[in-house]
Amino acid sequence: MSTGTLRIALVGNPNCGKTALFNQLTGGRQKVANYAGVTVERKEGRFTAPSGRVLQILDLPGTYSFDAASPDEQITRDVLEGNYPGEAAPDLIICVADATNLRLHLRFVLEVKRLGRPVVLALNMMDAARRRGIVIDVPELQRRLGLPVVETIAVRRGGTRALVERVDGTLPEAPQALPDDAASRADLHAEVRELLAATVTMPRATAAIDDALDRWALHPVFGLAILAVVMFLVFQAVYASGKPMSDAIGAGFSWLGVHVAAILPPGPLQGLIVSGLFGGIGTVLGFLPVILVLFFFILMLEESGYLPRAAFLLDRLMVSVGLTGRSFIPLLSSFACAIPGIMGTRSITDPRDRLATILVAPLMTCSARLPVYALLIGAFIPAHRVFGVFNLQGVVLFALYAAGIVGAMTVAWVIKRIRRDKSEHALLMELPSYRMPQARDVAIGLWERGAIFLKRLTGVILALTVLMWFISTFPAPPAGATGAAINYSFAGYLGRFLQHLFAPLGFNWQISLSLIPAFAARETAVATLATVYAVSGDAQAGGLAHALTANFSLATSLSLLVWFAFAPQCMSTLAVIRRETNSWRNVAISFGYMFVFAYAASFATYQVARLFL
Amino acid sequence: MRLSDLPKGASAVVERVDDIHPNDLIAQRLRDLGFVEGERVRLVARGPVGADPLLIQIGSTRFALRRSEAERVTVLQEVA
Repeated sequence: MSTGTLRIALVGNPNCGKTALFNQLTGGRQKVANYAGVTVERKEGRFTAPSGRVLQILDLPGTYSFDAASPDEQITRDVLEGNYPGEAAPDLIICVADATNLRLHLRFVLEVKRLGRPVVLALNMMDAARRRGIVIDVPELQRRLGLPVVETIAVRRGGTRALVERVDGTLPEAPQALPDDAASRADLHAEVRELLAATVTMPRATAAIDDALDRWALHPVFGLAILAVVMFLVFQAVYASGKPMSDAIGAGFSWLGVHVAAILPPGPLQGLIVSGLFGGIGTVLGFLPVILVLFFFILMLEESGYLPRAAFLLDRLMVSVGLTGRSFIPLLSSFACAIPGIMGTRSITDPRDRLATILVAPLMTCSARLPVYALLIGAFIPAHRVFGVFNLQGVVLFALYAAGIVGAMTVAWVIKRIRRDKSEHALLMELPSYRMPQARDVAIGLWERGAIFLKRLTGVILALTVLMWFISTFPAPPAGATGAAINYSFAGYLGRFLQHLFAPLGFNWQISLSLIPAFAARETAVATLATVYAVSGDAQAGGLAHALTANFSLATSLSLLVWFAFAPQCMSTLAVIRRETNSWRNVAISFGYMFVFAYAASFATYQVARLFL
Repeated sequence: MRLSDLPKGASAVVERVDDIHPNDLIAQRLRDLGFVEGERVRLVARGPVGADPLLIQIGSTRFALRRSEAERVTVLQEVA
C-alpha cells in the first residue's frame, strides 16, 4: 500500500481555511475544472508524502450541511458517498474545521461522520484560536468524536506536517454510518453543545479586533464612506498600473507587426500574421494586465474578509433592482472590463443571482468604449459650458456612463419580473473574521484566473480575430480600385448589407462596416472608420474627426454613441459568458437582448434627434 | 418577538424557526446554521438602507440575514 495512490477528499464549511490548506498541501500543482454540466469548480492536486505514497487531493466546495439546497452541496455529498458519476469514492475524508468557530463547524463534522467513511478532522487556524485564548482539549475531543483529530495552521509553513503524517499512516477506522433525517439532524446541535461544553473553553465568543473593525466597516455612514474610498483606490490602481501595461502590450504587438511586415513579402500571409495573428494575440494579451490587477484587488478583498462586508452594506440597494449585495463588486469591476467582472461573479453563491449579474455586467461602460466615445464626442459635441460650470462634452460622457448603469438596473429588474422562478432566494451570508491575505493564496488565485483566461479564451478569440481578418481582407480589391481595400471585401459586402438593417438608426454603410471588426474589440471601430474614410493613420485624431463631421450628422453620431453604450460588441465577453455559465443559451440570450436593447435605444435616439436637431 | 424586531445591540434566545411555506429551504438552512431553541443571538449591526440586512451573531459566527429571513426566527429578548 505504501506506493499506491491515496484518494483524499477535503471538505468543510465555507471560511474554514480549506483552500489555504489545500494550497499549502499541494503548492501550485493543481488542476481546476468544472463538474460536468454545472458551474461548480472541481479542484484537484497531488503531492508525495514522506513514505513515497502519492496523495491525490480533491478540494470539494465549502458547504454548511448536506441538505442539498445548492448544486455545491449535492455534488459534495455525492462525491463523498461515491455516487458521483466518473468520480471514485475517496479513500479518506479530511474534514476541516475552524478552531475559532467550532459551534458552527462541528455540526458539519458530525454530518460527515455519519456518512460512515474514514474521516480525519483537521482543527485549522489553531494560531488564531491560541491568540484568542481558546483552549481545546484535543485528546478528549478525539475520544468523544471517535475520529483522529489533528491541529493545523494552513497559513504557516510546516503547519500541516502533523496532518500529512496522520494521513500518511494507517487509514482510520470508518465510523458507523447513520441515517440522515430531520429528527436526527436536530439532535446534532445538542451533540455539538455537549462536545463544546466538555472540550472547549473560550474567553469570548468573537475576536475583539473583528468587533472593532466592524464597528467602522459596517457603520451606516462611515462604512459606505470606507467602501467608496476602497473602490476608488482600486480603480486608481487599475488605471495607473493595468491600463499602461495593456497599452504597452498593444503597442509592442503593433511594433512587432510592423517589423514582421518588413521581412515578409506583402500578401495574404503577411496580412494573416500581422493583422490576424499579432492583432489577435495583442488583443487577448492586452486584456491581461487589467484583468490581473483587478483580480489582485478582488482576491485581496476576498481573502481579507472585506468582500462580504461590502455585500452587506449594498445588499438592500442591489435587491431593489433584482440583484444581490454580492453583485456589486463584479459589476463595478465591469467598468474596467466585463471579463474580470463576469469571472468575479463566482463569489455569488446563488446561481440565479449569479446569472442575472452576468447578463447585466456587459452594460457597464468598460474602458474599451472610451476611444469610441472620445472620438465621437470630440468630433460632434461642442465644448460648450452648461449652466456655467459643466462642459457639455463631459456631460455627454457622464450621460453615457449613467445610461449603462440605468440600463443594467432596468434589465436586472426586468429579469426579476419575467423569470418563472419567483421564489425567495436567501442572503444568509457569513461575515468571516478579518484575515491577513496570504501571498501564496493570492498568487495561486491570480495564476488560476490568468490561466483560465489565456487557456480557455485565447483559442476562441484568436479564431474569431482571424475570421474577422479574413472577411475584411478577401476578396482582394480589383486592379485599379480607388477606395480602401476593406470596401471590396466580404466585410464590405456585409457592411452594405447590414446598412439595410441599420439605416433606421442613421448608420451609413461605412459605420455598419466598422461595427464588424468592433465585434472583436470595440476600440477597433475607430481604426476601421479611419481606413474606410481613407484617413492617413498618423493624422488620425484630428483628421478622422474632421472626416466624420463632413460625412454624418449629429443625430447619427448620437445614435452611434447610444449603440456603443448597449450593443453586444465584444466577443471576448461572450466567450467568457460561455465559459462561466457553461451554456451557449446564455450567450444567445445575452447577445439577443443587448442587440434588441441597443437597436431600440439607437432608433429612438436617431429619430428624436432628427426632429429636434 | 421576531428576530427582525430586535433592537440593535440586543441579545436574545432563539425559541424556534417557522416554515413560512411547506418545504421552506431557508428555514431549514437557518436551523442548520444553528438557529435552534436555546441558542443565544445578538443583533450586531443593520444595513445602511432601510435597516436591512441584519447582522446576527450566533455563537462565534456572524450571519447577514435579510429582514424577510430573520422574520422566520422567533426569539425571547434578554433583559440586560
